[in-house]
Amino acid sequence: MEQVVQQIVGGLATGAIYACIALSIVMIYQAIDHLNFAQGEMAMFSTYIAWQLMHWGMPYWGAFFLTIAISFVLGYAIERIVFKPVHNAPVLSHIVIFIALFVIINSMAGFIWEFTIKPFPTPFGTKPVLGGGILSAHGAGMIAVTGIMLVMLYAFFRYTRVGLAMRAASANPDSARLVGIRVGFMNALGWGMAAAIGAVAGIMIAPVVFLEPNMMVTILLYGFAGAVVGGLTSPGGAVFGGFAVGVIENLASFVPQFGAEMKLTIALALIILVLTLKPNGLFGRKIVSRV
Amino acid sequence: MSTPLLSAKNLRAFYGPTQILYDIDFDMHAGGITTLLGANGAGKTTTLRALSGMVKTAGEIRFDGKLISNKETADIVRLGVAHVPEGRGTFVRQTVEENLQLGGITQPAGQIAADIDLVFTYFPRLKERFRQQAGTLSGGEQQMLAIGRALMLRPKVMLLDEPSFGLAPLIVQEMFGILRRLNQKEKVSMFLVEQNASLALELADHAYLLETGRVVMSGPAKELSQDENIRRAYLGY
Amino acid sequence: MKTTSPVTVLIAAIGATVITLAQNWKLAGFIFILIVGGLFPLMASGVFTFQITQLLIYAIAIAGLNLLTGFNGQFSLGHSAFYAIGAYVSAVLMTQLDMPFYLTIPIAAAVCFVFGFLFGLPALRLEGIYLALATFALAIATPQILKFKPIEHLTGGVQGLALFHLKPEAPFGLQLDQDQWTFYVTFAVTILMFFFAFSLVNSRSGRAMKAIRDNHIAAKVTGINLSLFKTLTFGVSALFTGVAGALSAMLIAFVAPDSFQITLAVAIFVGMVVGGVGWIPGAFLGALFILFVPNIAEHIAFGLAAFFDFVRKFIPFFPTIGEQSSKGLTGTVYGVFLILLIYVMPSGLAGLLRLAVQRLAQARS
Ligand SMILES: Nc1ncnc2c1ncn2[C@@H]1O[C@H](COP(=O)(O)OP(=O)(O)O)[C@@H](O)[C@H]1O
Ligand SMILES: [Mg+2]
Repeated sequence: MEQVVQQIVGGLATGAIYACIALSIVMIYQAIDHLNFAQGEMAMFSTYIAWQLMHWGMPYWGAFFLTIAISFVLGYAIERIVFKPVHNAPVLSHIVIFIALFVIINSMAGFIWEFTIKPFPTPFGTKPVLGGGILSAHGAGMIAVTGIMLVMLYAFFRYTRVGLAMRAASANPDSARLVGIRVGFMNALGWGMAAAIGAVAGIMIAPVVFLEPNMMVTILLYGFAGAVVGGLTSPGGAVFGGFAVGVIENLASFVPQFGAEMKLTIALALIILVLTLKPNGLFGRKIVSRV
Repeated sequence: MSTPLLSAKNLRAFYGPTQILYDIDFDMHAGGITTLLGANGAGKTTTLRALSGMVKTAGEIRFDGKLISNKETADIVRLGVAHVPEGRGTFVRQTVEENLQLGGITQPAGQIAADIDLVFTYFPRLKERFRQQAGTLSGGEQQMLAIGRALMLRPKVMLLDEPSFGLAPLIVQEMFGILRRLNQKEKVSMFLVEQNASLALELADHAYLLETGRVVMSGPAKELSQDENIRRAYLGY
Repeated sequence: MKTTSPVTVLIAAIGATVITLAQNWKLAGFIFILIVGGLFPLMASGVFTFQITQLLIYAIAIAGLNLLTGFNGQFSLGHSAFYAIGAYVSAVLMTQLDMPFYLTIPIAAAVCFVFGFLFGLPALRLEGIYLALATFALAIATPQILKFKPIEHLTGGVQGLALFHLKPEAPFGLQLDQDQWTFYVTFAVTILMFFFAFSLVNSRSGRAMKAIRDNHIAAKVTGINLSLFKTLTFGVSALFTGVAGALSAMLIAFVAPDSFQITLAVAIFVGMVVGGVGWIPGAFLGALFILFVPNIAEHIAFGLAAFFDFVRKFIPFFPTIGEQSSKGLTGTVYGVFLILLIYVMPSGLAGLLRLAVQRLAQARS
């Protein structure tokens, strides 16, 4: 029993990261109606930026916040430079662009920083904070950072005019234009914010998985799983889904024969299972597909 | 006469390769109410969408003397053109309050509260529904909300797309009364698209008649309401 | 009396053939392809023959995906899974049961059809982007499933299965090396599969598939069994891709989990979009792209790396470029190619061709 509790707590820590990624997926999905397959790579690249800043001697939190700012600008720029010109292209072409971005960002990281694994610091330390050592200080820190970010995002969307405008632009672009909202600008803002959230996720997970260009590929899949479990239209659901996937993944290690090797397959099965039973996720609304 | 507030010259509009409007010309002057009449499918909605830059157009559209034909919708709106679209364009998942705030999203934050109060003086019903999700309002209430939302822009002109659509006759009467007051008290000029010709001609001072994308008749509203053909085809007596 | 000389007969025969072919350009084209394909490996180098064989295999896989996406409106970013299943079924049958390669192709096809059909069932409930996601997950999980311990004795686990000693030889004492013979086998299968694809698309079933793609509700009203057609299409699509996988097992003579990464699924997808969604012959253009453009990108990257090395002589801070980094540059160049391609032709080569035809028609009228 105690073991189960330990696994659940441990799952919450990794779940916090999946929740971050799931949240940034949902944010972009809300803004542009697409799943961004390059989301994980953007987060990875941001993490490298943080590493570089620290490597140049910047203190951890300075690098942390500067990276968030830079990532925001990069995300914004990607929308404006890469996506705006092909706004009216078919959906399949958009997916190809996501794939291209994925390849470019991944390769650029390798080009600039080499493909070798780098250790990444944690500001929280690694001492265990809970009995049995299942939750480290870093794990607790990740959960806390995710929590703070969620509260801030909620406040932003709920109480600011820009947040309201962003919600309106994604819910009903035509009407949003008719009240004078520049929908394209809002999309780009959404990209910027998603990139910033991804940066936080990357910086938080890097001490656990180490820094390398492919660090995010599987985490992205878990993020997708989290977003799907929660429902792509529900930011809160995405966060719940992220935590749920983290816990389920950890509990799955009890299943004999499966263990660690089949974790990815579990994520796959989870995605398919949830989608089959509840095609719009646990908390999602029906999506009128434009595809 | 002064320069028109809103005018179109040789206005053509397209959905993809299909042309919908053919060389439309019109002028409307500040302070007035102009109505555009026509049967279903004549191109009334398309004309409004052309004016606010939502369809591909050719030709010239001027607002306040400025050429706006190639501007983005949001920029046209910011000049003071409030378009109340067909189907009302409600933000259904947002509250009534948020809908009104969105209407004034381009205005200074300081004036929002006062402007919402102004909307309440015309549409007291919205005050009762203030915190409610807008999608749960009745059709008539949503139409009021749409006009209230447009009012939040402090517009120079309102483009109204069939505000009577789907409403009970009594509510339509009330609505048109409010429109008249808005025109007189708030100095909002109006470009009104209607299928309900008799009501529109009563309210408007000037009228255009659209048939399959072309203006086939125009003149003072009084004159048009006397015209034999219009009476037979659109007024039904 | 004049006797007809053999020359006259020959000329008459050739003339008759030419006239028949001119009237029937499809037949003419087919014969032309047969001749070119038949002569090709005898004249090309071994490496080139190998590459073109790979091209045909990719084309089959892409055509399979195109049947699903272009003609039925369903997404897949997971076709590497079916490619892998095809390859593994063929490899396992050859290694475990000593089955001859040729026999494994139809079995691989059947197995993939079943898997595709089964995957199509949950896919039924998924719209657009969700389906893309589910299939994306399938592609990512595939290598892991192939490495799964309990089936290691069949699949060879991480190491995979080597098939070099099982590669089929040319029969009847034909003087062909293995690669040449592999080409002929692939060529024959390609013709068969594309013939199947064209007939399917133009059949009643094909029209039903397209009706579903274009309008669900209308298709339902006309009495098409929506679910059945969608899952069947998924099966057929997987079948095509599985056949391609089986052929690739023979060509490469080796199967291993890491050959079937998400990158393969992505390549098939990119090939389909580049060639043109909903246009069967586009599969060859798409295959051409995914086979050769990465190479071109690599050459450009080498050039760029050399250029950067040159620049570094003058700018001391410029980062050093190692062996690995030029690999990074390759990906970047490839990605930029892809984006530019979408900019220039948002609907792929098929879209471009259609546009060109339209323009020509307009210019004429
Ligand atoms: N999105 C569209 N795409 C293509 N044709 C359209 C579209 N919207 C309207 N139309 C066509 O344009 C014509 C005018 O439509 P509309 O302006 O809505 O007429 P009205 O508002 O006068 O009823 C109609 O023939 C209609 O079929
Ligand atoms: Mg209309």
